[in-house]
Order: sequence, then structure tokens, then C-alpha cells
Amino acid sequence: MNWKRATIAALCAIPVVGLLGWGLTRDPKEIVSPLPGRDAPVFSLPVFAPGQPPLARAVGDSVRLATMRGDVVVLNFWASWCLECRVEHTILSDIAQEYNGRPVHFLGVLYNDQPASGTAWIAEMGGQSYPSVDDPHARTAIDYGLYGVPESFFVDASGRVAYKQVGPVSAVRLRHLVDSLLIAIPARAAAAPAKQGS
Amino acid sequence: MTRTVALVALLVVARVVAAESSGVQAGVSGAAAAADSSLDAQTTAVAAQLRCPVCQGLSIQESPSELSQQMRDLVKDQLREGRTPEEVKAYFVSKYGEWILLEPKPRGFNLLVYALPVLLVAGGIGVIAAAVRKWTRPADLPSGSV
Repeated sequence: MNWKRATIAALCAIPVVGLLGWGLTRDPKEIVSPLPGRDAPVFSLPVFAPGQPPLARAVGDSVRLATMRGDVVVLNFWASWCLECRVEHTILSDIAQEYNGRPVHFLGVLYNDQPASGTAWIAEMGGQSYPSVDDPHARTAIDYGLYGVPESFFVDASGRVAYKQVGPVSAVRLRHLVDSLLIAIPARAAAAPAKQGS
Repeated sequence: MTRTVALVALLVVARVVAAESSGVQAGVSGAAAAADSSLDAQTTAVAAQLRCPVCQGLSIQESPSELSQQMRDLVKDQLREGRTPEEVKAYFVSKYGEWILLEPKPRGFNLLVYALPVLLVAGGIGVIAAAVRKWTRPADLPSGSV
């Protein structure tokens, strides 16, 4: 056997096979967002779906991220044409109610959709506890590096993006992420404990 | 007679003023059109370098998707505001990461993308050269033959 040739062939093949193997461990659809750890892009967007008391906001009100500084913010980008948004809708709506009274805000942001379609969808889904805002021309969506819906962003009390969730969020993960951010503001979080078990 | 001459003079002056005014307007609209076409060209050039987030291997310039259209509009708005093409690209990189650039920057692991084809071509040339040398080498004559 020609050992010299075999060694050269192996030296050429091993890096190529290694590179292909490494590629197989990665999800080509996964785009790593540079946002976590950075200041959340600010916005001021009009409410089109008011939500339900006590989390309701009047239609037409401007929601500004800056006014929620000091609290945790869960931003959920959604659309009425998005099938996966149906999966997480009830989870988000129920947990938003569950955390009522704690320093956390839930906000829906309509992505590439008409407010009328969004309102009809919310009615079809049996309502939404928290308000949703319109994002004309998807400027806020682009500011958050959105490439599909649903996507959720968890903003901490200091106004930084702490986590990004691509795809529907589960109840366990949602509670875990919100709780982990609330721990950073213990004094206020402890003042009004969440109504667990719903 | 004097009145007629004055009237004619007035008409001539009015005509000259009108002609100059339309010339100025044409100049202004021409400059605006040139600025618009330059902005369009810059927008196209930047948009061609940015990846469409909802497509497979298309730039936002090529993609007909709604998000790409909105991103193109944003590119144009930012250029109109006076940002340079590099600043506009940096904005998109800050939101989507370097993934958004169709042509990755030649640094770090990205260097492999640029170096690998060169290495493969060089290796291929080396193999072919070695094979050709071997094939064209005169065969060894058996010892003792005349």
C-alpha cells in the first residue's frame, strides 16, 4: 500500500468531512440575532386592539417603549395570516393576565397585516388580554431584525433586549423567561406575587 | 403711436421674462430628476448587497416580498437623509447580523469562503501538473539494451 498517497488523501478529506459534519449540526434557518444584550430599539406605535381590562389601552393611544423603562416588556410580533401565532395566542394572553400587577407589560405588534384583519382574528381567537399596536411599513419589525412571525422579544428593566424567541413560545418557557427578568427587580416583583396555577 | 410702441416693448419684455423663468424651472426640475436618479441608483446598489430575510439566496433588490420592498424603502429613506451606503449597511448588520450581507466580510471564519476556492484551484493545478509530468516522462530503458 502506498502510505504516502493515503496520508495525503486523508489530510485532504478530513477537513472537508469535518466542515460538512459541522454544517449538519447547524440549522440553516436559524439566524443569530445581534440584539440580545443591546438596548431595545425604541418605538411609539398606535394601539389598534385595546386588550381587556385591567390590561386594556384605548384604541389610538401611542405606546412608547421608553415609558415602560424599569419594567419587563414582552413584545410579540404576530399577524392574522400566521398559523403558528394561533399556537401561542392563548398562552400569551393567559400568562399576561396571570402576571397582572407585576412589573411586566405584554404588547402585541402587528406585522405586515391590516388592523381590521388583526381585530377580526383576535375576536375569532376569543380575545386578547393585552393590547396590540400597528407597525406601519414594518419599520419597528425591521428595527428588531424580524424575519418572520411569531417572534417575541423580552426586554429587561434596563431597556435591553434580554432574549429573542423565534417561533411560538411555550407556557413553561414564557414563565421562565419573564421570571428570570423579574428577579432583577425583586422589590417590586415581590410586592405583587403572580396568580399561579391558572 | 407711442402707446403702441410701449405695448410692444412690454410684450417683448414679458416674453423674455417668461422664457427665462421657464428655463430656470427646467433647470431646477432637471437637477431634481438627476438627484432622484442618483438616489435610485444608490438604493439599487445597496439593496443588491442585502439579503432578503424571507427568501432563499435573493437580495432585497431582487425579491418581490413585502418585507424586501419595505427594506428597500428604508434604504432609500436613509440614503435620502444623508447616510452613506456603508452606514445604511451597518444599520442592517446591527439588526440582523452579518448574515444580512450577501457577500460576507473577509475576516475571521469568513476568510475560508474566500481562501478555499483558491486553495482548491491551486491544489487541482498541482495534481494536474504532477500527472502531466508523469505521463510525459520518457520510459526507463531496460539496462543492457542497445
